[in-house]
Amino acid sequence: MSAKKQLESRRLSRNLHKIVSSSFPYTILSILVGFIAGGIALLIAGYNPLEAYASLFRAIFLNAKTGKLSTKSMTYSFIEYANPYILTGLSVAFSFKTGIFNIGAEGQYIVGSLAACLVAIFVKAPAWVLIPLCILASIAAGVLWGGIVGYLKVRFGSHEVLCMIMFNWIAFYLSNFIVNLESVNVGGGKTWTKIIPDEAKITISKWFPANVVSSNTHFGIVLTLICVIAIWYIISRTTLGYRLKSVGLNRDAAEYAGINANRCVIVSLAISGALASLAGGLQVLGVNYKINQFAAQESYGFNGITVALIGGCNAFGTLLAGWFFGAMKYAGTRMKVGSDRVPKEVIDIIMGCIVFFIAISGLFRAFFVRRIKGGDMF
Amino acid sequence: MNQVLITIGVILNATLMYTPPLLFAALGSCFSEKSGVVNIGLEGMIVIGAFTGAAVGHFVDAPWLAFLCAGLAGGLLALLHAFATVTCQADQTISGTAINFLASGLSVYICFLLFRTSETMPVKSKLPRIFNDLFVWLGNNLPEGAAKLFRQNGFFDLVFNTYASAYIAFLLVIVVWYVFYRTRFGLRLRAVGEHPRAADTLGVNVTLVRYLCVILSGILAGFGGASITLATVSAFRPTIVVGQGFIAIAAVIFGNFKPQGAMLGCILFGFCNGLRVVLGSDAKISFTLFEKAVNIPIPVNIISMIPYVVTIITLVLFVGRARGPAANGKPYIKSK
Repeated sequence: MSAKKQLESRRLSRNLHKIVSSSFPYTILSILVGFIAGGIALLIAGYNPLEAYASLFRAIFLNAKTGKLSTKSMTYSFIEYANPYILTGLSVAFSFKTGIFNIGAEGQYIVGSLAACLVAIFVKAPAWVLIPLCILASIAAGVLWGGIVGYLKVRFGSHEVLCMIMFNWIAFYLSNFIVNLESVNVGGGKTWTKIIPDEAKITISKWFPANVVSSNTHFGIVLTLICVIAIWYIISRTTLGYRLKSVGLNRDAAEYAGINANRCVIVSLAISGALASLAGGLQVLGVNYKINQFAAQESYGFNGITVALIGGCNAFGTLLAGWFFGAMKYAGTRMKVGSDRVPKEVIDIIMGCIVFFIAISGLFRAFFVRRIKGGDMF
Repeated sequence: MNQVLITIGVILNATLMYTPPLLFAALGSCFSEKSGVVNIGLEGMIVIGAFTGAAVGHFVDAPWLAFLCAGLAGGLLALLHAFATVTCQADQTISGTAINFLASGLSVYICFLLFRTSETMPVKSKLPRIFNDLFVWLGNNLPEGAAKLFRQNGFFDLVFNTYASAYIAFLLVIVVWYVFYRTRFGLRLRAVGEHPRAADTLGVNVTLVRYLCVILSGILAGFGGASITLATVSAFRPTIVVGQGFIAIAAVIFGNFKPQGAMLGCILFGFCNGLRVVLGSDAKISFTLFEKAVNIPIPVNIISMIPYVVTIITLVLFVGRARGPAANGKPYIKSK
């Protein structure tokens, strides 16, 4: 009797330990706290937070007029808006695994969109050739852009964070320069490129009846899902992933074990570059069809950092976080109390708080894990 | 010749306009990085400083008070970062990212509540040009040849008759250098950044030093933000701070974590930014080749790239391995 009870309590504490030591519950808790903090900000401004949040979630899932579940709203949230964030998030999460902070996703995103756009404008080919070509071009641009930074770090010992910040701005001005070139610009004093031909567009909205999907739903999301699975597979099931992780955890130990750490750094940055630039390419081919001259950085890359952190730097976590982020971005501008529009910046406050609490949750995790250590770990 | 002098004057003036925000933030970054805390949240602290400066400056006709409030706002935000990174031993990058989000969200949100748009109204008065009176006096009392340089749009007037914040920033470089290398506190903060356990063993309060340094970095970044909205322009817009924080961090790494080195980096960025703004879109190289006038237009976007390309080339050729403080980025866990 007592032995059975002991066994049961041990099993219970083991399960509890598993829950408490994973990052998932803390992320959920952080999201809750983030919303509470946002609610306080709303209260101070005199908006009813419950009403505001209700309208936020209605905007994600429901049709604004009929109030019924709407696939159109959901495709806006989870495909059109979320897709670039999932990929840039994945890019940042992947580089984190090798102990590198990919703050350069922003620039990689830009060169990816640039490459895809240029190929689409200048290459005349049927869709089944042109689309893969554009996508490959954007991936290649990112591999190059990320790989160069890796090479500079390895060969010259240049600080990668510094290099990536520089490369972000170089990409930014390079894009503005190319957008204004005579052969690329749409002309008439406008500040954007020519529209890409129909053969290069990956939008699939017209395949569906009206009002079923958003106006720029594209099949890039399928590629994104493949990337998520591929990254998960690389990290957790391949030797490459094992090498990258060991370099990230302890570079010296990894080198001692015969892993070529320099090569790992370059490979990791090239792959993260490819992911972020794919985000840019898909955005051009599926949503924007052109590149505008930037006035300021668009922050797809920087937001990727947030997405990766909310996703716990794990492939599937990043997918969920990207969906969450995309939905917030989409619905944030449609948040209302009565007929009063709520400033969308409250979303930034919520996101900031979520990431902040995720950052400090390590302390609580250590505390709970120590408390529950009574149970056997294995 | 005179025209060339004036153009140079205008460019240098623009340099002195664009350098101070970077320099304040870079000095702040020196403090926190030297003590071992990476502060990616610098960008956010500049944003909140810029907003606070503009908002206070609009409601109260006291630019210095607004400047101080901006520093305070930056410091408060930095306190959050210090709490997360020092007390909670959080990942410093994650906390910094959160700070950036929070800051831009908070400033634009509060701005919206106060002004019903995402821009503040213009400030009542900007920071003073401290040498203005002196230059007027010199222009009236010097012999004609020299006086010309000090009158309106004379060379010295163009270059040096700038806002007080610029002079404060450059003076602070000396102050920070002195604090780092000639005071007890400076020795302690460097020790904490290099080897916190050794410093702890010798009785240095690692937590306190790191808290102070991170808060100082926030205050300085806040000043940097205010020197945008209280001097360069006179109102806050969400697009007013676009990456200056990251550039400041870059300048610090560029300058090998030393205040004087960071200053050089900031001047490089400030100068190229000034060049871009002054030359504008119609820059061109004109010269005569075989009795034919040649005009090669220089696209403004290529000029804008210069500082970033130069930084990378410098890194590759000269600086090489920038050696940061050994314990930079690692939380210090006192004992188990």
